[in-house]
Parts: sequence; structure tokens; C-alpha cells
Amino acid sequence: METKAFQKIYTKIENITKATVSLRATGVGNDELATVGGHLAQVVKIMGDQVTLQVFEGTEGISTDAEVVFHGVPPTLKVGDGLAGRFFNAYGQPLEGGAPVEGEEREIGGPTVNPFKRRQPSELIATGIAGIDLNNTIVSGQKIPFFADPDQPYNQVMANVALRAQADKIILGGMGMTNDDFLYFKNLFENAGVLDRIVCFVNTTENPPVERLLVPDMALTAAEYFAADKGEKVLVLLTDMTLYADALAIVSNRMDQIPSKDSMPGSLYSDLAKIYEKAVQLPSGGSITIIAVTTLSGGDITHAVPDNTGYITEGQLFLRNDTDTGKVIVDPFRSLSRLKQLVIGKKTREDHPQVMNAAVRLYSDAAGAKTKLENGFDLSDYDERALAFAKEYSDKLLSIDVNIDIEEMLDTAWALFAKHFKKSEVTIKSELVAKYWPEA
Amino acid sequence: MKTTGKVQGIISNIVIVRVDGPVAQNEICHITVGGVNLMAEVIKVTGKDAYVQVFDSTRGLRIGAEVEFEAHMLEATLAPGIISRNYDGLQNDLERMESLFIERGTQTDPIDYEKLWDYTPLAKVGDVVTAGDWLGQVRELWIDHKIMVPFVMTDTYTIKSLTEAGSYNVKTVVAVLTDSKGEDHEVTMVQKWPVKKAIKGYVSKPRPSRIMETGVRAIDTFNPLADGGTGFIPGPFGAGKTVLQHAISKQAEADVIIMVACGERANEVVEIFAEFPHLDDPRTGHKLMERTTIICNTSNMPVAAREASVYTGMTIAEYYRAMGLKVLLLADSTSRWAQALREMSNRLEELPGQDAFPMDLSAIISNFYSRAGLVHLRSGATGSVTFLGTVSPAGGNLKEPVTESTKKAARCFYALSQQRADSKRYPAIDPLDSYSKYLEYPEIVEYLDEHIEPGWAKNVMEGKTLVQRGKEAAEQINILGDDGVPVEYHERFWKSELLDFVILQQDAFDAIDANCPIERQKYMFDLVMDVCRKEYGFGDFEECSAYFKALINLFKQLNYTEWKSAEFDNYRQQIDTFVAGK
Repeated sequence: METKAFQKIYTKIENITKATVSLRATGVGNDELATVGGHLAQVVKIMGDQVTLQVFEGTEGISTDAEVVFHGVPPTLKVGDGLAGRFFNAYGQPLEGGAPVEGEEREIGGPTVNPFKRRQPSELIATGIAGIDLNNTIVSGQKIPFFADPDQPYNQVMANVALRAQADKIILGGMGMTNDDFLYFKNLFENAGVLDRIVCFVNTTENPPVERLLVPDMALTAAEYFAADKGEKVLVLLTDMTLYADALAIVSNRMDQIPSKDSMPGSLYSDLAKIYEKAVQLPSGGSITIIAVTTLSGGDITHAVPDNTGYITEGQLFLRNDTDTGKVIVDPFRSLSRLKQLVIGKKTREDHPQVMNAAVRLYSDAAGAKTKLENGFDLSDYDERALAFAKEYSDKLLSIDVNIDIEEMLDTAWALFAKHFKKSEVTIKSELVAKYWPEA
Repeated sequence: MKTTGKVQGIISNIVIVRVDGPVAQNEICHITVGGVNLMAEVIKVTGKDAYVQVFDSTRGLRIGAEVEFEAHMLEATLAPGIISRNYDGLQNDLERMESLFIERGTQTDPIDYEKLWDYTPLAKVGDVVTAGDWLGQVRELWIDHKIMVPFVMTDTYTIKSLTEAGSYNVKTVVAVLTDSKGEDHEVTMVQKWPVKKAIKGYVSKPRPSRIMETGVRAIDTFNPLADGGTGFIPGPFGAGKTVLQHAISKQAEADVIIMVACGERANEVVEIFAEFPHLDDPRTGHKLMERTTIICNTSNMPVAAREASVYTGMTIAEYYRAMGLKVLLLADSTSRWAQALREMSNRLEELPGQDAFPMDLSAIISNFYSRAGLVHLRSGATGSVTFLGTVSPAGGNLKEPVTESTKKAARCFYALSQQRADSKRYPAIDPLDSYSKYLEYPEIVEYLDEHIEPGWAKNVMEGKTLVQRGKEAAEQINILGDDGVPVEYHERFWKSELLDFVILQQDAFDAIDANCPIERQKYMFDLVMDVCRKEYGFGDFEECSAYFKALINLFKQLNYTEWKSAEFDNYRQQIDTFVAGK
């Protein structure tokens, strides 16, 4: 801490790039914060007495004689109950003025939870959206992103999920969010009367991109405070992680690192994993659930960002415009919740797993029939029925405007099976068919 | 005297240390920061500067920090008490760590040094022994854990004295050995071994000659994994790699299972932590945890330790193999390990190979896979390490460097297909792309003839052809339309669907269907093949599809019912009647 007592001021910057500066300095710790000409920066590399700093706001206007002061500590956030209901920038400073939060100062991006101390996620998070609850049930302690094209209403769906999810705290980490979207979230939370449960860390498109790198760690440090210290159920919303990755790429590019796939840094997987793996079910009952957004370019999921994300998160939710019904649906083929096995048929009705699979399989048969139709072939009777089923399934269950409870979803599915198919065509265990098949 | 040094440079978790004495490649050192010691490994030396990769966060580390070199490489501690433990990549026992968060520099003992074991000597005074020979044994859970001449002692020794049977802790000297120069060596129950080197100490390493049952039909029946063999499972995310690996870890016919969760999701490991202590091993009746060791270096844990974790796992596997046990090593996922290598190589500013991976990736992978295998030990016993890794190819593209390099090294290839996963046909092992080289081994074919039924390998090939022909027929139907092809094409297609639904697909979450013993696999496969060998001559394609759909439904019920129960026989009867009725 001696640097704090005798803060040494450096005024001789030797190199400046768009995102970094370097200078000669001694006694500097790795990862620690500094101020460069009034802008916040962080140590990213030390070679002898040569120190490289990443300047979050960018280096525009920084001159070689700018004052550089090292803080002696890595980025921190003051955590306390006062965080609730507040809006912060990427550095954890309150937006729109207001008093700073009182509390303990904690390093962001801190150590990981011992995997052995984790508990198995087992609490279902009901959202009312059948595309999620029925086919891709979300569980507390899970991490799952929406894979969406930029024009899809992912922020709206995410906000709906957040409001219905009955979390103790909702923490929004906005990265490169447009001001309009930020105001949307803000108004929505205000109107729903849940402001006291909300904490926001926001970097809008008006702010410099590199600042975004702090947002997830800030949001998750706050989340860990509420989950680990207070034993609360915390839902963290991160939007948009693709823009976060872009910021990583900018910095690594400026530092002359060799890019790997899609110009992303070679460490992208670890960088993303460090964030997503903060999702946890703690023995105390507290939990952190992360719902994120990864925007795709042209629906390409093989791009490095969605691809690496898919390997880290416990599934993904795809939104798709369904041309048959004109609604936005949760795509049953490409969406997946890996943790659903922990709750479906256990916390929900016994027929849940089989009904879910049968419906998706029949929907897939309809997709096959559709291809046939497009290629100009005659449809069999089964094909016709599958198509009719698919349309209703899409409208009554997959659409994101559905808001019903899970039993109702299951009953709806059985009703659709009975309307369009014979018992033998659904290939469900006969005991379940006997119990739930609605007799006309 | 130990070599020491001072920190000269820091780039993320690579630290450059100016040293005052000799250092070795891969030597371990400790860096002092804020009162804690960070473990690191030398990965490059230039002049007086050693480049070390730190197995922890370097946050707050300053130039000039003290470094002490340990004069040995990264080692695993091998002793009774490893089974059922949960380690991190550096063999720290996670269970012994007290705090919720893993604080930097935390180290815990991999084994209990005080616990008493019932020891029985196996050798006699005067015996001539060498590395890996059995001196005695203790009972570890239900395993006869052999106490061996340490693998580093490669000379020949005469046993000078042996401790009598009794209850001892692992630090007790159990034998004194005299080497060829007349010097005495004390041997305890603990030994150390550098993880990046293969443990030898066996007589020979023959070709695998039997299969390892996994209870997964698409593997055992279609592409069997050999005991002492190697295999890998590449697949895009969501294709079910981990579910498949977990199923194998529960059901495989092995004495000891080492699971390495390498850079994967923590919740998946938690699933094992939560389930394995309660699940029974169907073969021995013990709990699954009593044959399992977990090495867990999840994706948020330090990258360098991720690289170490697969080696730690392999070393422990080789140790138990030397006791004449069948060990199955599972690593999920080797791509994360390769990515850790890439991150290191990138920070060292090495010239990159394809996709920025290090140039020697292929050599590193094949070297690792070659550590698996069946061995004949000097005691006459046989031990094996079977290795099954998963690969997570970027974008699901199998033409990427890790998949390609692994394909050269592994003998079984279980390609998971996105298309099968999308249509929820699990396990999504592609029946046509996947292969097992072991089906071509004459010793394996002979084994199958003897243990399953004569001509089994030929029957399996017939099944594969059936799937191939079904796929061709399906393509024709798609191009020409249902009416545009002869009805035989539909019949061919539906026969392959029958095989797919009944044999290839398996419900990993159904209590009965999840695990299909080889006897049941044989029964089902023969039954399906009998149905498929029949020519039906349907009037039209609708009749054909309706017929097979009904048949598939009956077969599925058969898969869901308890083996040889009354209900099972009932469904079997229904199938016979149904088939005879046509």
C-alpha cells in the first residue's frame, strides 16, 4: 500500500497506441489501476521497468507528458445493500449523481468458487414462456445465453424473463447498449415497481468500448455479494456479450497478440468462461443465474464468439421468426437447456420429458414434410397432420407471447397430440399415454 | 542449494524470472506475492531469464518478487487414498479446502498422511526387484492397492528387509532395498512421479484383445472400444458429449475410473459430485464413487493448471494400471487443454501453426494418447489404461487442428452429429462417420466370436451396411418423392430407421434403457436384424411406413422394460405376432 501513501507521479509516456500507453515505472503490481491524464487505466504487461497500461476510455488526446498515477490496487467495487436500486457506469460510479455506495471494497474478478463446495442446481425458474419452460427449462445457478440476430426482440424477452423469474435481485450488465435500450430496461423496471431489486452497470454506445471490459466483473462482484454474503437468489443479465468480445479483440490487437479464429484473441474461451462460470448454486441457498445475449452476425453460430460461448454455457436459446404464424418463437431444434434434466419430470409432472421430446420429434417430422412440399412432392396423410400440428404447436406453445404454467403447457401438448396423431405415432411410454391421453 | 531468482517481467500468467543458478525445462518454482506462494512451471529459458507459467492469478505481482526453484518437475503424489478424492489439476484435494472461494496459493495434501492402512507384504526378503514390482498391499476401499518399488528406482535391487503385516500410515518404511552398488534405499507407501513422463515398469504392451463394455449400444455393438484402447468423441456443442461421457463413466466395465474435467463447466462436475456417492456400480455393488477419482479444473480455474490436469489424470491412471487393474481415463475436453497450450504459445510469441495452435500440437496429442494401453506386468498380471477424450471442435468443424491431430492418435472415433442432435436422436453418434479400428483387429474379432456369438463382427458390418443403404434410399426419396421411387426403397429406409431407433438411439435418462448389458445388446441386435433380413413386399409406401412405425413403437417399449421380465416377454410376443402377421 506504500504507493498510496507516497503517490509517485510519472510524466513521461513513451508509447501510445489507440488503447494502450507504456512508460517506465517501478514498484508497479500486475493488474493494478492507474490514472493516465485523468483517465482510468489498468496495468496489462510489465517488462523490467517498462509498464504497459490499457486505457479504458481510449487514448485520444493523451499527450506524452500526461500525468500517470498508479493506485496500487486492482479495480474494486464497494459492495453493500445500498447497491440495490442504483445505476452505475462501468467503473461502479453512480450515474446521475447520488451518494457513493457505503460498504466493503472488493476486488472485481476475484477467486472462483471451489467446485466441490457448489451444489447441484435444482430449482426451476419458471418464465411462463413454453419455448423455455417446456422445452428448455432454466434452473437456478445456470448460465444460458440468447443467440439472436440484432433485429430480434431479445432484450424484451430477457426483460420478461427477469421480471417473472422471482429473483431476489436482478443485476443488469449492459455492454454497448444503445441509450434507447437502456431507457427501455429502466422504464420497465420502474413501471413494474421492482427498482429496489435492481442493480445496473451500464456501458452504452456513447461510452468508449474498452470500458465494457469491466462491466461483467462489476455486475458479478455485486452478484456474489448478494448471493454469497446475503444468501439471495440473484439473476444477472448480460447484454451484449458479443460487444464485450469485440472489446477484448481491440485490446489484444493493440497489444500485438496473434489473433486466432475470427480475429478474436486466443484466450477468448478462458475470458468468457471466467465470466459465465460465476453462475453458481451455493450451499447457503444463494445462487447466481446468468442470462446473457450473444448477438450473431447473419445467424452464424460457428463464429468464434457464439461457438466458444456455446461450449461454456449450459445451453442456448434461439429466437426465430416463424413464417407460418408470423410470431417470434423459441426455436425448438437449436435451443437447449442442459440443466433441464435436473428438474423436468422431477420438479414438474412425470410426463414432461417424454412429452417434450415427442413434440419436438413431431415438429421435426413437419419440417421434413415442409421440405417435401417445397420440392413439389405430394404429401402423405401423416405429413398433412404433422404440418397442422406444427402450426398449432408453434402458435400455442413455442411463441414468446405465451404466458402459462407448466402443467398447462403439458396439457396443451397432449391435446395437440390427440388432435393430430394416433397413440402409436407419438412413441411415448404406454403407461403415460394411458394416463394422460385426452379421450375425446 | 536451490536456485533462486527475481521477477523481471509479467504478461498475464507468464512471468519472466532472472535466475542465479541452473534451471531445468519444466522445473517447478514458487513465486512469493503478498505472503502467498504461487506455483509455476518453467516453459522456456533464454540466457539468465526463465519464462515460467504461473498456475494461478498474477494479480498484484511486482517486479523483483522472490522466486525459488524446486529442482523437480511437476509431480503427482501416488499412494493409497487416491480413489474417491476430488482434486484440482495440480492434485490439491478440493474437499480439504475450507473456504467457499479458492483463495490464491491454496495448497492441500492429495492424500491423508496419517490414516492407517492394513498392510500385508507380498514379496520376500532376498527377492530381486525393480521399478513397479509389488512389495506389499493395502486394502483401499475394495481394491488391493499394491505398494510398489517406486517407478523412479530403475536399478535392480535386493530386498534387505520387509515390514511385517500390520496397520501403518503411508509414511511408514515398508521395505529396505539394496541396489547393485550395495546402497540401501528405504521405501514407504508414498512415491512421486513427474506427470509429463509416462510410467513404464511393465514387461510388454501388447495389442488390445478384448472390448470394454460401456452399456451404450451405439458403442459396444457398432463401434466397440477396446480394453486398453483409445477413442475420442468430437462434436459441436449441444451434441451430447458430456452426457455420453457421464453414461460411460457410470457403466463402463472398469476397476478404476479417472475423470478429468478439463476446462469444462463446473456444474457438470457438481453433477458427478452429487450423484456418484449415491449410485451403485452395477457390477460390484459398491458405490460409483468408490472406484472414481475426479480431477477437476473447470474453465474458470487457471489456464496453466488446466494443461497439467490431463497429465495428472494419466499419471494416476498409469499408477493403478501397474497394480494390474483396468483403468478408464476420461477427459472432457482435450480441446480445452489444446487451447491452454495455444494461450501459452501465444504469450511466448512463438510462431503459430494452424488456427494459432502451437506447431507441435499433433506430437503432444499423439504422445499423450500413446500412454494408454494394455500392459503385461512382471507379476504376470495384466493392467490397462483405456483413454476416451472428448474434442470440442470450433464451429463443429471436424477439419480443425485438434480433431485432425487426435484422429491420427486415437483408434476409435465417435463423431457426434449436429443433425442427429437436432432431431433428438441421442446418443448422436453418427453411425456412418464413426469407426472403431478394433473391429478390424483379428484378436478382437475372435474375442467377439467367443464372447458374444460366432460371426458377430460380420453381423455388425451387415448392420452398418443396412444403415448406409437406408441413408441412400432416404436421399433418393427426398430427391424423387415418395411416389417416384419403388416401394423397396421405402422398405430399405424404414429398416434402417428401425435399427436407428432401437439400437442406435438410447435414452440416457431412463433407468432401464440407460445401461444395456452386452447380453441384452446381442439379443436386441439379433432380433432387429432378423426383422430386417425379411423381405416384406408392401403394396405402397404408406403401408410400409405405418408398419414400421408400429413396429418401432413396440421395440421401444421393449427397450424400456426390465430385461426378461414378464412385461418384456409380453412385448416380445407382440413383436413376434406382429411380424408373423405380415
